[in-house]
Amino acid sequence: MARFLLRRCLLVVPSLLGLLVVTFLLIHAVPSDPAVSMAGEGATPEQIARLRQQYGLDQPLWQQFVIYLGKVAHLDFGESAFSHRPVALDILQRLPATLELTFAALALSIGIGVPLGVVAALKHNTWPDYLLRVFSVMGIAVAAFWFAIMLQLFFAMELGWLPLRGDLTATMGRPPTITGFLGLDAALAGRWDVLVNHLRHLVLPAVTLSLGGLATIVRFTRAGMLDTLQQDFVFYERAMGYRWLRLVWIFILRNSVTATVTQIGLLFGGLIAGGVVVEAIFDWPGIGSYTVQAILTGDRQVMLAVTLLVGAVYAVINILVDVVHGLLDPRLMEQG
Amino acid sequence: MNVFFRKLSRDVPAMLGLTIVVVVLVLAVFGPVLAPHPQDVSASHLLRRLKPPSADYPFGTDNLGRDIFSRVILGARGALAIALTVVAAAMVIGVPLGLLAGYRGGWLSETIMRVTDVVLAIPQLVLALALAQLMSPSLESAMLALSLTYWPFFTRIVYAETRRLSSSMFVDALRGVGAGTPRIVFLHVLPNALSPVIVRATIGLGFTILVAAVLGFLGMGATPPTPDWGLAIAESRTYLPRAWWYATFPGLAILITVMGFNLLGDGLRDIVDPRIRRSR
Repeated sequence: MARFLLRRCLLVVPSLLGLLVVTFLLIHAVPSDPAVSMAGEGATPEQIARLRQQYGLDQPLWQQFVIYLGKVAHLDFGESAFSHRPVALDILQRLPATLELTFAALALSIGIGVPLGVVAALKHNTWPDYLLRVFSVMGIAVAAFWFAIMLQLFFAMELGWLPLRGDLTATMGRPPTITGFLGLDAALAGRWDVLVNHLRHLVLPAVTLSLGGLATIVRFTRAGMLDTLQQDFVFYERAMGYRWLRLVWIFILRNSVTATVTQIGLLFGGLIAGGVVVEAIFDWPGIGSYTVQAILTGDRQVMLAVTLLVGAVYAVINILVDVVHGLLDPRLMEQG
Repeated sequence: MNVFFRKLSRDVPAMLGLTIVVVVLVLAVFGPVLAPHPQDVSASHLLRRLKPPSADYPFGTDNLGRDIFSRVILGARGALAIALTVVAAAMVIGVPLGLLAGYRGGWLSETIMRVTDVVLAIPQLVLALALAQLMSPSLESAMLALSLTYWPFFTRIVYAETRRLSSSMFVDALRGVGAGTPRIVFLHVLPNALSPVIVRATIGLGFTILVAAVLGFLGMGATPPTPDWGLAIAESRTYLPRAWWYATFPGLAILITVMGFNLLGDGLRDIVDPRIRRSR
């Protein structure tokens, strides 16, 4: 187990390095001068030249990369060209909001998706199954930004049940920052009204973000269950008089979710990337809206840092997926 | 070929997908003839701004009094053109690299596949957005950015297929009778590796329409007054909640089109490779 983990962790380093090289090259291969856009309109050539020197933009590309790499190794991602604050600090401050949203969406996807997938498999080729199949195709095909607007239109504007955007009603005082997670901070400060208000803000973005994952999880759980249901041990245990529900929800499900677990891992990275647009629409103060803002202003340091962050998250999640696989099916661990 | 069509015609969801795809294709080609108000690409009629759906304007009118139904029809051409260009460009980059890596082996193959893995790990949407913005926002930049991030999918598939095929008996036999490498690769390996590529391309068309809509929505793709679906949804936000129809119908057009490609892609995959059932 320890050796397995160590090997997987060491393999992450070269792939993150590769990710950095490719992103760096792609972003810098683009014919636009960051110094010019940083200096803004009406800057004199001297000002631009000074900026270029200040940020090392006058050096050859490979030297810029080496310098950048050295900084990244010390977790220094440079300064945002527009907020003039260290990118790492900005990201750290906004990470909790994104994690909150991502985990809420993931919890919805799994909590609803797995049972629905099981039901679809048990009702194979009857109308609940057809309905769920149509739903899972739609969930992947729907444009998240449009779905978000439809939810806003119906639940916030028409019915007025839920807030339209943001993470907290503006007139409400924020609890002191302890963990950075607004919900948790509110609970720690005993501000239950803030917590409820915050959770109400969380509903629409989380539902929007969960949709794609929900569809994928239904699909994979259904396929996995259908495979397992045909195996001999199911037949045997039924014959031995095991209670059917217990059999389904414990023994069969456990043997069916390997592919689903892989997908959940892949989803997590997808959720962070997909959150970009969802956060921007709901004004959710996380990495996503920060990224959109950075992209719209051409802030390269932020783009690089966010890409690397998502890549690192992917890598960590992949390791976790392997560990969970090992726990679900110990035979895999022995093969290394 | 006959067996293929018979299998496809028995798959109801796939046939539904095929129907949708054909309808979208027809709309893309004959849109200007079929749309009831084709002049609404650029015309504006301020007297009938933001009218709800009616017999004359089935999807209502937008902020400039243009018929949304016509603009949804006219938008099909743009959406399909972007998707076809991006997928074709991604194939042009990805397929040869996959063939090369799969047939050659050695360090070249290793390098190609490692780069492919790395590009696959990049959050596609973020990079596409970043590149599109840095290259000055325009439709061309958006398409280039999407192609630059989609090719690895093809490289992966072609690589796996080529590896499998190049160790197969018939390729050995071809080598034995003295066929040259280009002949084997292009005339024998490539055609046999093509079906999974076609499946991926079908699903990729739907996926690209979806991502292109996001770019349009964020103002990095089509520019007004182009009848672009994503752009229309972005423009509609100012007029919510009064003009619900303005945002609703272009979004439905995206949903149905992407669903069509996904259903068709899934159906094709079931025929080509019945073991795997999934789509992206």
